Amino acid sequence: MTKQSDKTNKSGPDMIYRSFLDRHIFALPKCTKCNQFHFFPRVVCPYCGEFELEWLAISGKGEVYSTTTIYRKPERGGDYNVCLITLDEGPRMMSRIEDIDAKLVNIGDKVTARIINDDDEPFVVFTPSKEAS
Amino acid sequence: MAHNLRGSSAIVGVGLAGCGEAHGKMPLDILAEATHNALDDAGLKLSDIDGLFTGSSYHFMPTLSTAEYLGIKPRFSDGSMVGGSSFVAHTLNAAMALKTGLCDVALICYGSNQRTAGGKLATMSEQQIYEAPYKPRYPISSYALAAARHMYQYGTTREQLADIAVAARQWAQLNPAAFARDDLTREDVLNSRMISDPLSLLDCCLVTDGGGAVIMVSSERAKDFPNKPVYLLGTGTAHWHRQITQMPDLTVTAAKESGERAFKMAGVTQNDIDVVEVYDAFTINTLLFLEDLGFCEKGEGGPFVSNGNIAPGGSLPVNTNGGGLSCVHPGMYGIFILIEAIQQLRGHCGARQVNNAEVALVHGNGGVLSSQVTSILGTEEVL
Ligand SMILES: [Zn+2]
Repeated sequence: MTKQSDKTNKSGPDMIYRSFLDRHIFALPKCTKCNQFHFFPRVVCPYCGEFELEWLAISGKGEVYSTTTIYRKPERGGDYNVCLITLDEGPRMMSRIEDIDAKLVNIGDKVTARIINDDDEPFVVFTPSKEAS
Repeated sequence: MAHNLRGSSAIVGVGLAGCGEAHGKMPLDILAEATHNALDDAGLKLSDIDGLFTGSSYHFMPTLSTAEYLGIKPRFSDGSMVGGSSFVAHTLNAAMALKTGLCDVALICYGSNQRTAGGKLATMSEQQIYEAPYKPRYPISSYALAAARHMYQYGTTREQLADIAVAARQWAQLNPAAFARDDLTREDVLNSRMISDPLSLLDCCLVTDGGGAVIMVSSERAKDFPNKPVYLLGTGTAHWHRQITQMPDLTVTAAKESGERAFKMAGVTQNDIDVVEVYDAFTINTLLFLEDLGFCEKGEGGPFVSNGNIAPGGSLPVNTNGGGLSCVHPGMYGIFILIEAIQQLRGHCGARQVNNAEVALVHGNGGVLSSQVTSILGTEEVL
């Protein structure tokens, strides 16, 4: 138990996640016991309760699990996409699909992560995957 | 063997206040007026209340603010906050407190001036930091994502969702106290302004003011009051997530578990339920809850709710006051489904009265399909 608190005291999972993104790496915590990745990052595996976790870069590949177009007046920036992505490694996260009209995003679409900066805060969006899958 | 909370407490007073527009009133003013009406209904006074159960989007410590306003000094208080489902959940905690003698007269209450205060959803919720960068509209986008997934997996249509809004409106037209009573067609819903697709404006609940209060006592003294008592047969709670990204399967809510728990405690099945009141913040809620509570199979909610099946005259009376969609929805709606179920079991519902209603199911929702709470209520005949 002291070992884990020593480790987590160095930096919390949210800071670790963002520091990877700052270096343009999309990494998530993986459980050393059940081997599952989880998102959002925690100090404990939500699937099995293990506190011993390691951070690994992930593929950035995923699939649209669900999607909505939020309608907004053109003068305020127009319609935009909000979706849920199931990553190939398992976890699900909220994101948006770029490089495609919001209304053309479909459930089941294969997508690839892109790390962008907005107000100096790095975060992950997705674009349609090039290769057929 | 029956659960020892089954039928151990009963509702002997209900009150509504300020439903629709309550100009110039604060949330606690409305709550207090609803409480006044519930006390009148039960033939009790404020000083009789020694158990307080409440939740609020306006008061960080709602039991303290409420008791202070009312001038009461409860022996037992519970401000458990699970969003709009809180007031349904409070029935379980009140039953436990009454059964164990921690209080003798429990008040469950709520009030909100959401509409006249400007229509914005009051919230003390923390920002969800892993969702905020994508600017989802809270809470509608979470429900839209669930609706889109249900459509994808089961072929559910916008027309079927629209029929839920139409059924709610038809019930509202039988309820003089409902806020929205104009005629409504499937086309009206489909043609209303899209907000977060597939959900458009008329897939969304109203924004009104309103308050409600419920008074519960031990069943041993339930017949000492002017109205026919309504017994709490069972309540079950369940929650699997807080944020929509963490919901394991967007087509299955924790209502599956809360319902199983409530049915088990109550010792009844779906076939015994005469009237159903579910928290319809959006049309998709009604569909998901009817499936998860076992009134139809998973994926068959679309056909089940269409063609008037849950409307007046249909096979299953659902949301007989007109629901959050057409009757009342002041920020959090849980207390109002409870009150409508009680009124149905008392036989006080006039034109919308369900014949021989003896067992009612109430289902509350909180957060973004997050907290699920099911209560089953019954008359003396089913005790
Ligand atoms: Zn694990």
